[in-house]
Amino acid sequence: MSSMTQYLRTRFMPHIWCPGCGHGIVLSGLLRAIDALGLEKNDIVIVSGIGCSSRLQGYVDFHTMHTLHGRALAFATGVKFGRPELKIIVPMGDGDALAIGGNHFIHAARRNIDLTAIVMNNNIYGMTGGQFSPMTDTGKKATTAPDGTIDRPFDTVSIATAAGATFIARTTTYHVHQMIQILKKAIVHRGFSVVEILSQCPTYYGRKNNAGSAVDMMNWFKDNTYKLGTKTAEEAGEMKALGIFIEKDEPEYCDRYKTIIQKVGSP
Amino acid sequence: MPDSPIRFLQGNEVLADAALYAGLKFFAGYPITPSTETAERLSYLLPRVGGKFIQMEDELSSMCAIIGASLTGLKAMTATSGPGFSLMQEAIGYAVMAEIPCVIADVQRGGPSTGLPTRVSQGDVMQARWGTHGDHSIITLTASNHQDMFTMTVEAFNLAETFRTPVILLFDEVLAHMREKVTIPEKDEIPIVDRLVTSVPRGTDYHPYFPREDGRLPMSDFGGSHRYNVTGLFHDMWGFPTDKPDVVNELMHHLVNKIENRVSIIQRYKEYHIDDAETLLISYGSAARSARHIMEDRRKVGMNIGMLELQTLWPFPRQLVQEKTKNAKYIVVVEMNMGQIENEVRASVNHSDSVYLANRVDGQLITPTDIKNFLRIIHGRGI
Repeated sequence: MSSMTQYLRTRFMPHIWCPGCGHGIVLSGLLRAIDALGLEKNDIVIVSGIGCSSRLQGYVDFHTMHTLHGRALAFATGVKFGRPELKIIVPMGDGDALAIGGNHFIHAARRNIDLTAIVMNNNIYGMTGGQFSPMTDTGKKATTAPDGTIDRPFDTVSIATAAGATFIARTTTYHVHQMIQILKKAIVHRGFSVVEILSQCPTYYGRKNNAGSAVDMMNWFKDNTYKLGTKTAEEAGEMKALGIFIEKDEPEYCDRYKTIIQKVGSP
Repeated sequence: MPDSPIRFLQGNEVLADAALYAGLKFFAGYPITPSTETAERLSYLLPRVGGKFIQMEDELSSMCAIIGASLTGLKAMTATSGPGFSLMQEAIGYAVMAEIPCVIADVQRGGPSTGLPTRVSQGDVMQARWGTHGDHSIITLTASNHQDMFTMTVEAFNLAETFRTPVILLFDEVLAHMREKVTIPEKDEIPIVDRLVTSVPRGTDYHPYFPREDGRLPMSDFGGSHRYNVTGLFHDMWGFPTDKPDVVNELMHHLVNKIENRVSIIQRYKEYHIDDAETLLISYGSAARSARHIMEDRRKVGMNIGMLELQTLWPFPRQLVQEKTKNAKYIVVVEMNMGQIENEVRASVNHSDSVYLANRVDGQLITPTDIKNFLRIIHGRGI
């Protein structure tokens, strides 16, 4: 394996992430996946939204675009449809992907446009200082839920499934080898792929909910997850399944448009 | 039958055809009355001329998609009406900040809110100017007939490329839905400004926000030869976020001055009988059709009346308006809102107490008779 620094814009570091943040592990996993696939830097576009997760884009030496809160997939759709030969990866936070950007998430999935959506789910709005997100479990505390949130959380995998995504997986920052393997498959997959990565925010989520240090939170991922298909629903209880939930071939959006152009376009 | 350049088209169709003439290659939009026919026509035409059409899930994403596509090197546009235009505002600000050429057509209907979806208005003039947050400048063009709609649409694409900025086409329901004759210009009859592409070779550092000597910023197709960063944050010449006060200050002045210092280049207008005009009508869009009609009519009975038709609304041509109104005793702004351009005219002229508003805001086109009645009151001749 070659050095990962070749993919980094080191002169724009230090990065903004807090000590113990899981997002650096996601960045590392993503670069290792890209490296293992042997992709050219010039063929990769990173389009991000707004939030802690979305700063990932600035540190990598690809074509990079830092957009608006919730709209990363909409911008990415324009880039991809405009230039379908590019590999487009869209790192988002949980709020970015499923609160303000929820509509774009389901419609990108419905179209099956070839984007790789990475949902870096730390169950909290970190950039603004620790408010609850649509991924915060009921009863958990946040700066806007001092008595525990009464909201119910989304399940990324269920939403992506219902919306028609053709590749759906979940992993965590503890399971880095699995993360790299999943990201490799997601990037290669032709169609809309969703990778939810459970990531720890010791600074806000951890402190508000007495979840301990970053290491404690990663151990929690280890102890409260299981490999998809190894437990019945009854055995799993509150534990989350990890792995690839859906991986299927269906016509991709830009390919479908190409067939229209071939049918009606001037020779 | 020979292929005649003369067409009998609906305004929304003119917009579509003119955009293709200007080099449109990408349209993203969401249906909304009274602009939908543009999307319908382009959904048919674009794949037939090597372009792309996508119907997005809302106006927020439509605006974002055209920015993404424009960045890859394609001339891109969306079309909408008031409520959709409101939803696009945040991303329009992104295009201003990241300096990405694109064209947004707002076919005005009655507002606020859902308002009068099928009726005419000119109530979005200030939304075009200040709809997105923060200090900025923007170019906004309009027209009063289909031939001028064609020209202004092509101009909008040209100005977007020249100044690396979003340009707004502010049309209205009457123009968009009526049909009239339009002569399609020959190829190259209206010059086309293409994307200014950097001459920096592949493998050499390219600075997306480093101006040439003439102040223009050559682009590099996103996803192509050069890897760089684009952001809506204040940024340096690399496109990297910064909050250094001197860099922020310089970028803010650049974004505003690149347009405000070039008003004389950007301003488009028409004038009729200005020299002897004691009464000067100032109008734009479909209201200018009625204004011109009553001007011709009143001149026949000996009234010294002239007209200034504005085609560039933003940046507002203050010096032009001051110059053209200096001999007029009565300056009458004819528009279909509560005085959005009247306020600009008032701020531009030497004697603001000689400025009057002749308006209509009930969803109906202001008629020549309406204007005639205003003139009787303004001239002190009763109703």
